[in-house]
Parts: sequence; structure tokens; C-alpha cells
Amino acid sequence: MSTHRCYVQPPPGVNPAKLTGTLIVLEGPDSSGRSTQVSMLKAWLEQQGYAVVEVGLKRSPLIGPELEQAKKGNVLSPRTMSLFYATDFYDQLENRIVPALRAGYVVLADRYIFTLMARDLVRGADPAWLESLYSRALVPDAVFYLQVSPRNLVERSLKAHASLDYWESGMDLGLSHDWLDSFVIYQRRIRAEFAKLQQRYGFEVVGGNRAARAIQQDLRGRVGRVLGNGGEQKGAQR
Amino acid sequence: MRNDDRIPGRLIAVEGLDGSGKSTQIHLVHQWLQGLGLRVFFSEWNSSELVKEATRKGKKRQLLTPTTFSLIHATDFADRYERQILPMLKGGYIVLCDRYMFTAFARDAVRGCDGAWLRNLYGYARRPDITFYFGLPLEVSLGRILDGRPSLKFFEAGMDLALSPDITESFRIFQGRVMAQYDAMADEFGFTRIDATRQIHEQQEVVRDFVAERIDLARFHLRARP
Repeated sequence: MSTHRCYVQPPPGVNPAKLTGTLIVLEGPDSSGRSTQVSMLKAWLEQQGYAVVEVGLKRSPLIGPELEQAKKGNVLSPRTMSLFYATDFYDQLENRIVPALRAGYVVLADRYIFTLMARDLVRGADPAWLESLYSRALVPDAVFYLQVSPRNLVERSLKAHASLDYWESGMDLGLSHDWLDSFVIYQRRIRAEFAKLQQRYGFEVVGGNRAARAIQQDLRGRVGRVLGNGGEQKGAQR
Repeated sequence: MRNDDRIPGRLIAVEGLDGSGKSTQIHLVHQWLQGLGLRVFFSEWNSSELVKEATRKGKKRQLLTPTTFSLIHATDFADRYERQILPMLKGGYIVLCDRYMFTAFARDAVRGCDGAWLRNLYGYARRPDITFYFGLPLEVSLGRILDGRPSLKFFEAGMDLALSPDITESFRIFQGRVMAQYDAMADEFGFTRIDATRQIHEQQEVVRDFVAERIDLARFHLRARP
């Protein structure tokens, strides 16, 4: 018996029972320092002797480029956008995540279905429709949500890019003509959706308003526990 | 699938196997309605400009799994539905669709996708007021495609399912399975079955009579108010 399963059932052709690796997801808004934390975790895990594969959103060769183009034009309806992202997600799930887990890798996912769902929910998607759409996703071994206050996000975003991102500010929603106002309203709404998703999917909230090193220490402890437990269980089965 | 009766437009879809002649029939309906001076709009499966490139690439490089094959067609459909089909229906048009969600239900189910998952995927879209299903014996439809020096495509022939290493044989098996799916759906979705072995103009007469009976065509005249 394996510890892996999909939320409702696996996509055709995928057998979760064969997956011996570990899937760890880090969620959190842009400028939350999420990607930095993922790279640091990767280096640390490799030093521990784990083989690591990093995956993220919008990276599938199938539609990654088309997604980028569509985002620039801002001409797709929310549902089309949602399905485009879902295609990208499942392409990576089946062609990167599943093969890596089958080969026993630790897969670090820089965002997963929850970011996609939160964005769609803020844009009025039907929760039941979305839940079914992503019901073929693998249940991760752990999901950590890096929570950062909208104020801090603004500061970090401005410091890093000297501007706010159109999509991360939710400008397509017409919340406000003022980018900063829109950003704060949008990020609050995303956070509220994450809180609801957390109830349903049960992930761990990690305080992200701290220094990068403090967050990393915290994450290492949590990831270590996941790998330790997982290792014992898998070892006992053999 | 909610149908909102406040939407003044009407939706007609044609479904059937490759070689059933459904595209010819819907083309003739289009010509007929235009000739009558009606507000009519035509939309074809898998034709959204935005999604086309990704689909083309995926098919050419044989990158698609059953799930991504299904999703990429669902993306194409959503784009056409929300930017064209639904606005046209709201604007009081008769919308003609060469293949609709039932094509996905049939093909994707053959590829192993779950029926309930597929129905949810397209659950937001209006059901057609009329769905013509062009039925004919499998051998006849195969003959129409295979006799004309066919250049079968990988996914069209269901080669991704590894049914047979021979593309023609794979196509035969795949089409047979798609047909079984259509037959199983006919009652669920109230298909209007047309005997696709009859002469083209005879079929068209049956189709036109049925449309005229079910839809108050005068309401869709370009000079009438939607």
C-alpha cells in the first residue's frame, strides 16, 4: 500500500500506488519569498542526499508559451484562462511530477492547485466546478502556505521590481484604478480564499512576515518531519 | 447544464462519426438560414485562434495524455463559448455548432476519462435546443473515410491508445468505440437521429423540416427585433 492517492481518482494511465517519492508543496503569493525558500530547500535537501525535482506553474512545454502570450494580451475569459492553467498543471503532473515520484525523487512544487483555485475563486468561479476540475491531482505529502500581510507584499514587490504586477494586483477585476489599492484588496481576497481552501484541504500555514533565514529554519523542520515519517513508513513496508 | 430561457437565441448542434456527413449538413443549414435572411452564426469544434497553436503543437509532437487532450479541447470550447457562442445567443442569433460537448464526452470517455468529470468540465455551457446525430453503420462511415486515400492523423485514429500498431486498424477500433459512446448518450441528451445513409438532399429536407417545426424562424429575421 502506498501513501499516495489522488483527491477523487487518478487521471487515466496514472497509478499512484507506484509512486515512492515525496511531493512537497509551497504555496504563497508573489513576493512572499516563496521561490527563494524553494531554492534554499532544494539545496539543503540535496546536501542531505535527496534527489530533488523542482516544478512550478506555467512551465509545461505544451502551453507555457501560449499562456504567457495570452496573459500579455489579456483577451481570455476567466474560464478559458482557468482551463489553460489546468491544462498546464496536468501536463506537468503527468509528465514531470509523476515520473519523478515514481523514480523516488522529492518533488518540490513552487505553487500547486491551490494558487490556481484561489485565483479563479476570486474571479467568480464555481467552487464545485473547480474542485472537480482538480480532482485528479495528487494529494501532496505536505502543503505549506507562506502567509505574508498585504502591506509586506507591497513593500517587497516595490523593492524588488519597483512596480506592482498587473495580475498580482488583480487589475483585470476592476477593483480600483489605483494599482496599490487594487493590489491590497486583491491580495486580501486571495488570502480569504486560501483560508477557505485550508479548511477543506488542510495545509500548514507558515508565517512569512519573518526574515528569510528564520522561515527557512522553520520549513526545514517541517520538511524533515515529513521525510522522516515518510521514510519510516516506506521502510517498514519493505 | 442550465438553460436560461431569457436567452433569445437558439442553439443547434450536429454530432456524429467522421464520415457521417454532419459538416455537409450543417453547412447546408447555414446556407438555408442565411438565404432566409436570418441572424445565424456558425462555430466549429477546435477552432479558437488562441488555443489552436497549443493544440497543434501538442498533437504534432504527440505530447498529449487523455487528460491534457481533454483539457485542451475544453479550453478551446470555453474560449469560443464565452467570446462567441454565448454572446451570439444572448444577441438573438441562431448558433450552429459543428460538434459540441458530446464530441468530448464520446472521445474522451474512450480515452478513459471519467464521465462525471467530463460532464462537470462542460457543465456551465447551455445544452443545444436541437442536437442532430448522424447515425450510420460503422462500416459505411469507415468506408467513406478510408476509401478516399486517407491521411489519418495520430490522435484522430486513436493511436495514443495503442489499440493497434496499424493506423487504419486503430482508426477502425477507435471509431467503433466512439460510436458506442454516442449511442449510449443518445437518450441522456435527447439526440435527434438522422439516417446518414440516405441521400444528402433527403437528409437535409428532414433536418430543415425539424428545425422549422422546433424554432420560430420568423423571430430571427434580421429585420425582426431580437
